[in-house]
Amino acid sequence: MSQDGIPVLEARGIDRAFGGNQVLFGIGLRLYPGEVHALLGENGAGKSTLVKILAGYLSPSAGEVRVDGQSQRFSGSGEAEAKGIVMIHQELALAEQLSAEENIFLGRELLRGPFLDRQAMRERSREALAELETRVDPCARVKDLSTSDQQMVEIAKAITRDVRVLIMDEPTATLTEHEVEVLFALIARLRQRGVAILYISHKLREIERIADQVTVLRDGRLIDNGAMAGRSKEELARLMVGREIKDMYPQRTALPSDAPVVLEARGIVVPGAVRHASFTLRRGEVLGFGGVVGAGRTALIEALLGLRARSAGEVLRNGQPVVLRHLRDAVRQRIAYLTEDRKGKGLVLNMGLRPNLTLLNLRAYCRPLIDRRREEQAFQEATERFDIRLRTHATTAAELSGGNQQKLLLAKVMSIDPEIVIINEPTRGIDVGTKHQIYHFVRELTDAGCSVILISSEMAELIGLSHRVAVMCAGVLTGVLEGEQINEDEIIQYASGIKGVGVDEQRRA
Amino acid sequence: MNSVVPDNKPVARSHASIDLKAWGPFFALLALAVLGVLINPAFLGLDNLSNMLTRSAFIGIIAIGATFVITAGGLDLSVGSMAAFIAGVMIILMNSLVEQFGPGLTTILLGIGASLLLGLCAGFINGMVTTKGRIEAFIVTLGTMGIYRSLVTYLADGGTLSLDWGVRDIYRPVYYGSLMGIPIPVIVFLLVAVAGYILLNYTRFGRYCFAIGSNEKVAEYSAIHVDRIKTMTYMLQGVCVALATIIYVPRLGSASGATGVLWELEAIAAVIIGGTVLKGGHGRIWGTVIGAIMLTMIGNILNLTDAISNYLNGTVQGIIIIVAVYLQRASWRKSAP
Repeated sequence: MSQDGIPVLEARGIDRAFGGNQVLFGIGLRLYPGEVHALLGENGAGKSTLVKILAGYLSPSAGEVRVDGQSQRFSGSGEAEAKGIVMIHQELALAEQLSAEENIFLGRELLRGPFLDRQAMRERSREALAELETRVDPCARVKDLSTSDQQMVEIAKAITRDVRVLIMDEPTATLTEHEVEVLFALIARLRQRGVAILYISHKLREIERIADQVTVLRDGRLIDNGAMAGRSKEELARLMVGREIKDMYPQRTALPSDAPVVLEARGIVVPGAVRHASFTLRRGEVLGFGGVVGAGRTALIEALLGLRARSAGEVLRNGQPVVLRHLRDAVRQRIAYLTEDRKGKGLVLNMGLRPNLTLLNLRAYCRPLIDRRREEQAFQEATERFDIRLRTHATTAAELSGGNQQKLLLAKVMSIDPEIVIINEPTRGIDVGTKHQIYHFVRELTDAGCSVILISSEMAELIGLSHRVAVMCAGVLTGVLEGEQINEDEIIQYASGIKGVGVDEQRRA
Repeated sequence: MNSVVPDNKPVARSHASIDLKAWGPFFALLALAVLGVLINPAFLGLDNLSNMLTRSAFIGIIAIGATFVITAGGLDLSVGSMAAFIAGVMIILMNSLVEQFGPGLTTILLGIGASLLLGLCAGFINGMVTTKGRIEAFIVTLGTMGIYRSLVTYLADGGTLSLDWGVRDIYRPVYYGSLMGIPIPVIVFLLVAVAGYILLNYTRFGRYCFAIGSNEKVAEYSAIHVDRIKTMTYMLQGVCVALATIIYVPRLGSASGATGVLWELEAIAAVIIGGTVLKGGHGRIWGTVIGAIMLTMIGNILNLTDAISNYLNGTVQGIIIIVAVYLQRASWRKSAP
């Protein structure tokens, strides 16, 4: 695309500090119409801060934002939106109790006289949602939609505006593969219409597919920018992290053939989510769980742990039947569970870091009153063991970056000294460097004789780490792949129900 | 990779800002006291002070229970009616026990035991219906508030229940007596406050209240028995109401449909003035204690001056509540990143 014209949106020498903590240093960025510009960087590199400045949510400490070559001082996101600069948030910002259509037009309702023109709004919402190929009913309450559908509503909200610059912060984190394809097709259409797109993602494969330009940030500084053509994934990963990432996935340990079964699930049924699923987990093994979002993997595991009601099935621990009615029972069996929703279920965001760390195993820090010093000591140990990096004055979990939150959560669930660790989407929204650390941590666990269940939507992760991969499709555990079978094609075929135990067979069973 | 690992101690920094917030209600109380002295030096009289603290003990003790409920994300509107109901049952019970045991210690102890048991049960009901029935605490306790209020009116047959005069003479010191110059209700208030402080800040139960009030899902995924802990907060509230009733009954020796009216709102006001967040997740016992004293102090100061009519007590209280919360929110905002 043309680099000679006037950029539709430009950042010049942007600095930004929070308190005494500078997070951006003289960043420059140019967005041209009809161009997809990828913004890369590790968690905490300053990407989110930069886009918030561009979209008017924050003001820069120094430097300027230019729209069509004119210097602008946005006093709020409303002003930026009036200029056609729209941002789709990483954390969904929808009013849960309102319908999809009401959300799409929230704050800019179409009127007929003094009254709402519901008909027109419904019509336009339906068009926008149809363009996204979702089956979301415009009248459905957002609360009742799945996360990926909510993401689609958020995107529909953005494209119904007169948008000139679209900023997307990790839009695909919660989408299924098909939805990602639809989104990419939409991005292509928007690009043709001359919309400039600023795209933040940790998924380098996506970047490689859709980006024209790329900008890399590290520790708040501009490291690299230019055309995507001629840059490889590996090179970008290295630029982001600032060092070479070798062996992303650690070498798998060979599993002794006589490794005992430590956990077995038999015939688990969760009404409306899982149909009669059984699996075993052996000592020192990494058992992957593949499938699309909503295939029932999380429901299966959470039912097993006593977090959800199940209507049938039993759980055996070391060959003995156990009753797990509450997560506390699972903890007693030394099973740790790392949720996929670290902000909604994992950490108390407005609580301090130490209480968060000790919350799961608080008993261990009581004698009988809570011993603050012991908590502090545990916290110091955890920051070292899990390499949790603290911002200058992070007092609550909310102030940590995504990667560090994930490490804190990992430290929290490890506080019970588990034998079985169940990890759900450990690397969602996490940068390459932290991913690498988490993968090696999984390896350390299995080396120490722990067993790991890994639920992941990232194919590479499943293939790179698992000894066996159980695949689910529409609530049915369609098969467990081993050895040579563990590859992308096989997993996709089982995940889409083409291969493996069919849905009908399961019903009969 | 360890280059960014903390080289500073965030603990020290956070202390300074948190202390400022924690001391806010205390400074407000001090300012109010100075105002009291300026208006009428009799304010500082020992009699006046001890009288004021004694009166604040009822609301204070109830409010300490409410601090737990609110911190864990709940609300209890039934405390005023509950106090009236417990007082009514206590009086009826003690009156009927006089025949058997005479107006002695046994009668009173049985009455006190029944009071505590009733409080515990009432709290248990509130807790179970809220958690197992998945109904908002506001609705459940609005319901039980009406139930207890009408029950006490029914028990008193629309009139007043009076305690046997013989029992009254022996029970009297629980409200009017003092130990080493400190009135008994104040001592009870203090003990409840200390116990509450330890419970909230140094036990698992307290920590779980914070976690549940902040985010119930996270609590559930941290293997906390959320329903159990929440029910326990209501039971604790019930016990606090029972304690307050135990020291309230000897004061007037009677109970009626008008006993304890609006106590629930005063208790909630005391909790909120003290810096506890109404939607849960953050609670402060000493703040609550100060809040309860402040509410009584306002009435006391108005009594000592002719400048403002005593009838405007509610107006002044209302203004103070709103201003106190406004100031707290303002400082919250500033400290946010």
